[in-house]
Amino acid sequence: MAYAAADHEAHADHPTGWRRWVMSTNHKDIGTLYLIFALTAGLVGGFLSIMMRLELQEPGMQWFTNPQTYNVFVTGHGLIMVFFVVMPALIGGFGNWFVPIMIGAPDMAFPRMNNISFWLLPAAFALLLISMFVEGAPGSNGFGGGWTVYPPLSVAGHPGPALDFGILSLHLAGASSILGAINFITTILNMRAPGLTMHRMPLFAWAMLVTAFLLLLSLPVLAGAITMLLTDRNFGTTFFDAAGGGDPILYQHLFWFFGHPEVYIMILPGFGIVSHIISTFSKKPIFGYLGMAYAMVAIGAVGFVVWAHHMYTAGLSLNTQRYFVFATMVIAVPTGVKIFSWIATMWGGSIRFTAPMMWAVGFIFLFTVGGVTGVVLANAGLDRNLHNTYYVVAHFHYVLSLGAVFSIFAAWYYWFPKMSGYVTPDWIGRLHFWVSFVGANVLFFPMHFTGLAGMPRHYVDYPEAFAGWNRISSIGSYIFAFGLLIFFYGILVAFLRKEKAGESPWGAGANTLEWTLSSPPPYHQFETLPRISGNDH
Amino acid sequence: MADAHAKNHDFHIVDPSPWPFVGSLSAFILAVGAIMSMKGLAIGGMKAGPVLLGLGFIGVIYTMIAWWSDVVNESTHKGNHTRVVQLHHRYGMIMFIASEVMFFVAWFWAFFDSSIYAGEEKAFLRNAFTGGHWPPTGIEVFDPWHLPLLNTLILLTSGTTVTWAHHALLNDDREGLKQGLIITIILGALFSIVQAYEYSHAAFSFGGNIYGATFYMATGFHGFHVLIGTIFLAVCLLRAYKGHFTPKQHLGFEFAAWYWHFVDVVWLFLFVAIYLWGSQWGAAAGAH
Repeated sequence: MAYAAADHEAHADHPTGWRRWVMSTNHKDIGTLYLIFALTAGLVGGFLSIMMRLELQEPGMQWFTNPQTYNVFVTGHGLIMVFFVVMPALIGGFGNWFVPIMIGAPDMAFPRMNNISFWLLPAAFALLLISMFVEGAPGSNGFGGGWTVYPPLSVAGHPGPALDFGILSLHLAGASSILGAINFITTILNMRAPGLTMHRMPLFAWAMLVTAFLLLLSLPVLAGAITMLLTDRNFGTTFFDAAGGGDPILYQHLFWFFGHPEVYIMILPGFGIVSHIISTFSKKPIFGYLGMAYAMVAIGAVGFVVWAHHMYTAGLSLNTQRYFVFATMVIAVPTGVKIFSWIATMWGGSIRFTAPMMWAVGFIFLFTVGGVTGVVLANAGLDRNLHNTYYVVAHFHYVLSLGAVFSIFAAWYYWFPKMSGYVTPDWIGRLHFWVSFVGANVLFFPMHFTGLAGMPRHYVDYPEAFAGWNRISSIGSYIFAFGLLIFFYGILVAFLRKEKAGESPWGAGANTLEWTLSSPPPYHQFETLPRISGNDH
Repeated sequence: MADAHAKNHDFHIVDPSPWPFVGSLSAFILAVGAIMSMKGLAIGGMKAGPVLLGLGFIGVIYTMIAWWSDVVNESTHKGNHTRVVQLHHRYGMIMFIASEVMFFVAWFWAFFDSSIYAGEEKAFLRNAFTGGHWPPTGIEVFDPWHLPLLNTLILLTSGTTVTWAHHALLNDDREGLKQGLIITIILGALFSIVQAYEYSHAAFSFGGNIYGATFYMATGFHGFHVLIGTIFLAVCLLRAYKGHFTPKQHLGFEFAAWYWHFVDVVWLFLFVAIYLWGSQWGAAAGAH
């Protein structure tokens, strides 16, 4: 890519100490805050899941004395991973860091608003943590109804304040994301460097653009739904209470109208990241660039009209179900465009299996497995059997825990030298990959079997018959957790050895604008805007 | 190339600011206070809910005043709002309003789910409550051609007066701007007063029935937005007196006007759907 970037030294008047972080208006500093926050929240969410696997390792009760507490852990794990790990890492973290740089902008469009998007998250996270320690269901602490928070369990079943904390936590996290979405859309539409037309824009920026639109249009509906929940709980309204003329299914519609775009919100940034990594380490421009960009637009658009495939067992009419089966399957088309374009990018490329490349290829494989089980679940007839079984758990962990999370680690190993200025020895990232890849598959693949055999989710105990595969799943989770130790060891090594990364440590093939800057980039980059004339993405 | 620290672009690199942190902390305190108040909780024997709620609320309001004062300052005194930065703000406001539209989608969804399907055969418990029609049995609704029509006329008129103010501003007619704004603000306040009067004479309550739930939530959130819009316009009036707006640059005013029109349009949908169609004029006649 041809450019004429001004590579300045750090800005003279930039703030230092606590002011730099607390009062930040710098997209890179805020991105770093997001990443640290996501890692911290990830440890909490990961701890909850390890406790779940310890409990499920054997039939009967091992670690928990109150079955409700187990469900509180399940709920906390889901909400934390979705709202406080995956979204902050991919959107707030890498999005903040690299969208402005990739489009040749000096910062985000609204740098101060960017900061409140971040600081609302610790506030929301604190509310969610408080929720786990105050009464929910009579006689026990926390909310145990799952991340979907369906009534009537979330109204009549949990009279204590736990879920009220949860609801306001989601309100704050939602406000944070809506403001962030406005910021990203404005930045991407208005701040592209001269010559960087939409059709030359890097795919990560495209991914963030679509993601931001999904956030902007879906989160307010969730805010409405949980506000109705709040008034049903506290002010005697009957939105979701049939005895007062309301409808519990209404909540499910409102929730999933948000919830389904939400799953694309979590995966689209990963699509963008993986595209860059595959292209870099195949030393080829991405195959079918425009198709890749518009496939994401299509996924985003169709993602808004498929929500009721989460509700096949809720008593929808058969015609409604038919429509949602069909619409859901349509999504497999643009998703297939992406998978095959990644493969075509690698085809004939000069491939280097560095750590980020391995994570990216792992992403493609695992996401495809999750996508294929998604097509299975899209069938209302099959879903009648599989609904709420471990098959569903396996499916969404393949797309999220092994899809979105693998893309986070891919991005981490890809951009860590750029962000920190230091190099992590590549073998650490590769070892981390193999341990995680084996661990995650051992953890989640058996869930297909237990699910097909009819094991339901959200239960602390299960019959003897499921013991074998559950033991294997638990072992897989310990392997995956061990991989995290390698991950942190890699960070430690990088910061202790302080081996400097060059401008473009991945060499030719890495041709987006961040690789034209120093590592780490100057405090304010592009004080003279780069001019883009080339057309290789 | 100019010296290394010079900014050679028109974007606004904003100075570090305490308000995002202060605002988030206040929002946290506000949330904790709200829950403690609703549930009557105590910390160490003290029912601190209302106090925390008040503190959090003051903090949030203070943050808004301080933050937007900074924005006004950056625009009018520091000249940071170049053409492209103004474009950013336009995009931002449009998208904020888009998100607000989706927020109201939730209330309309609840309303139509309840009203269209009030007689859904499978939903026997709901049927037992509503009697299979909308408005539900025993609910005495407002006459749409009475106060609701008056409020419709008030809001529509206010939409024209705000446009009058805008055109006055474009023609550098300061007095016209102020007059148009004052009348718009009075109309906005009038709307709120009429709505408060209407609420106080309602024959149905918020709790215990789906009609009241959907009615008060949708019209209540709209009323809340009218209040915000009125305050927004009042701030603009204050700024008009301070001479902040020029015929060429007056984003604050434009956004207040956009917001006001948005509130106006939402009302038209509320009037047609909830007051008109949702009363005996429409839904009931349509039901069996």
